[in-house]
Amino acid sequence: MLSRTADHLYWMGRYIERAETTARLLEVGARNALLPDVAGGFRNDWDAVLRALGVYDNFIEKFGELVERNITTFLFFDADNPTSVLSCLSAARENARVVRTALTGHTWDAINSSFQELKDFQRIERSKLSLTDLAEWTLHTVSLIRGAIDGTQLRDDGYRFIGLGMAIERGDNTARLLDVKYYVLLPSLSYVGSALDQTQWTALLRSMSAYRAFKWAYRGDITATKIAHFVILNEEFPRSLLSCTRAINEHLDMLSRRYGRPSQAQSVARSMLAELAEAQVGEIFDEGLHEFLTRYMRRNAEAAVIIQNTYLAGVPA
Amino acid sequence: MNNAAPNYFNEMLHGAEVRQAYQSLERWHRDMPDDLRSLKQSEAEALFRRVGITFAVYGEGGDPERLIPFDMFPRVFTAAEWRKLEKGIRQRAMALNAFIADVYDRGEIIRAGIIPEHLVTRNDAYEIAMVGIRPPRNVWSHIVGIDLVRTGPDQFYVLEDNCRTPSGVSYMLQNREIMMRMFPQLFHENRIAPVDGYADLLKKTLASVAPQKCSGDPTVVILTPGQFNSAYYEHSFLADLMGVELVEGQDLFVEGDFVWMRTTEGPRKVDVIYRRLDDAFIDPLCFRPDSMLGVPGLMNVYRSGGVSICSAPGAGVADDKAIYTYVPEMIRFYLGEAPILENVPTWQCAKKDDLKYVLENLGELVVKEVHGSGGYGMLVGPKSTKSQIEAFRSKIEEKPWNYIAQPTLALSSCPTFVDEGIAPRHVDLRPYCLVGEKVELVPGGLTRVALTEGSLVVNSSQGGGVKDTWVLAE
Repeated sequence: MLSRTADHLYWMGRYIERAETTARLLEVGARNALLPDVAGGFRNDWDAVLRALGVYDNFIEKFGELVERNITTFLFFDADNPTSVLSCLSAARENARVVRTALTGHTWDAINSSFQELKDFQRIERSKLSLTDLAEWTLHTVSLIRGAIDGTQLRDDGYRFIGLGMAIERGDNTARLLDVKYYVLLPSLSYVGSALDQTQWTALLRSMSAYRAFKWAYRGDITATKIAHFVILNEEFPRSLLSCTRAINEHLDMLSRRYGRPSQAQSVARSMLAELAEAQVGEIFDEGLHEFLTRYMRRNAEAAVIIQNTYLAGVPA
Repeated sequence: MNNAAPNYFNEMLHGAEVRQAYQSLERWHRDMPDDLRSLKQSEAEALFRRVGITFAVYGEGGDPERLIPFDMFPRVFTAAEWRKLEKGIRQRAMALNAFIADVYDRGEIIRAGIIPEHLVTRNDAYEIAMVGIRPPRNVWSHIVGIDLVRTGPDQFYVLEDNCRTPSGVSYMLQNREIMMRMFPQLFHENRIAPVDGYADLLKKTLASVAPQKCSGDPTVVILTPGQFNSAYYEHSFLADLMGVELVEGQDLFVEGDFVWMRTTEGPRKVDVIYRRLDDAFIDPLCFRPDSMLGVPGLMNVYRSGGVSICSAPGAGVADDKAIYTYVPEMIRFYLGEAPILENVPTWQCAKKDDLKYVLENLGELVVKEVHGSGGYGMLVGPKSTKSQIEAFRSKIEEKPWNYIAQPTLALSSCPTFVDEGIAPRHVDLRPYCLVGEKVELVPGGLTRVALTEGSLVVNSSQGGGVKDTWVLAE
């Protein structure tokens, strides 16, 4: 497969995943804004949402105040915001369009139709679009695309590159969400173990569509330890760092088997997996959750760079 | 229904009578309720958008991804009509190839005094770098698009030849797909020759001109300028149908005596390049040094027989409007045959007598730039105002060599859906002739239709649309 084709598939995967993250955060922000705040009035978690996406400063610079209407526009429709649903789906579609030949008709159709619908939304008056509808639409659309990829793409190298893009992006997003939430909730490490703001933690779980799943998997109160275990080490939760790392390993193994040649990315991914498989929550808190997550994101990014150099850059072997 | 002006050949009607080939279509349209028609029309458009069959227009504002209007009323040729056309097209494609081979070799046709030397060697499309090179099978133009118009039951004229990289074939294929999907019963009532073998034929043609140094199954690729090219959809569509890689210049590199593509498994040798890139851009070391789209060193590999380029650089020398007038002579000279398809009589403003005639009759003529294309920069005398004609007159007087003129042809019309039902609209035809080991074409082509009443300009950039083109099986 052409390196450039693989590169486009990989980034298509990353952008699809990223669109989903933005949509989930939109949903959480909108929901929390409906809840009364302890101090009177309503809660406003939008700053946390914007920080989680790493676009807080961009937003303030452009709009100044945290007004919901502007936030919706910014997170859903704003082409200047690289994490907006519009930006992500457009980028996914641009990448897909260039490599049409590597996609099945169904996959292309799902991606392209989503883009056409998005353009229709742009023509509708903003006041007639509810935030939850937009977020739901995105989740629905992403499921459709994922389903088309899963149900129709050949399990060839192209499929593996899409999968790698998705798994790497997802791991990064999970780590980032947890990290930011944790910072916002617990500005000082001395708070660990103290009574937690249930709503905030619930929001974190909802942002990974894992609220109900968490309830099934763990009993009793929501605590930092349980959340950390669930989001980092639970092998059943598809967004946990362990699951993401496992997916990266699987795709890399299949690629090296197909190409008859091991890759350096495999060794990085294997050592990441080995660590997560053995890790205990206690150790993670000993190291410091933030420190642990930062280290994870760095290694995840390192794996991404090696994948880029090995397969996507087209350097003569 | 609106009848065409009597001096135009109406492809469906002979007086009040419906021609045999169109009878089932005439019933089909008569039985179609208006709401079904508009439903089908929007279904067709949705299909085009969903499949992504768009062409890109940048720099004009608005949506850069445009649809070419699709008219659902097919255009029909009988088997007998097609037989004659096919013969004429093959003949022309062979003569054009013989001409290109000749002008980069001994130039016999110039020595024989048939074509003036300056028209060839001073032509912008003439590539001095190609002199003395002999491509595999001595084929230079592998896909020849010949634009035809019809003026009577047996009267066809060639409007122009396209020897470089004619586009539009994806519309021929998709128009058929969409018609079969929307109106299957029409294909039961009529026996319509299929066109979907085109991609296989194209791949065979390209593989048949693999370079000398290639052993085994040749690796064919399509070279595109990239996703911002207006025909990008077509490039990826053809790559997909042929099962070959669609590459950009950055995906290829030259090392040793070969061209390689960058793959996830390391470099892979490329044997045949179907390039949809102009000559000037394919190799910055040989042609335009500022080209970012091409492959440095490609021409060296080409010269030494390490790779084939389709069409060969310099093939455009044969499809210029000044050379066009000599094609019937080429057919006689190289093939020793009488031309089957006629040229439109053409006046060359570079010639003194012709110029005089043109300037005296501007109101009745169509004047075109020698190197123009796409319907831009032309004057349609009978459709222009006095001041437009006078403005054009001074342009011609300034640079007479830049213009040719032709009589305003009474282009045939074909029924076309309009708001009030159907009405005759003028059409042309572009069939695609493939030249490799064999000379072949699929039964059909791209019919372009001028959607504006009375208009003779069918180009998509000027409000033209497309139709499915049927050739009835024997």
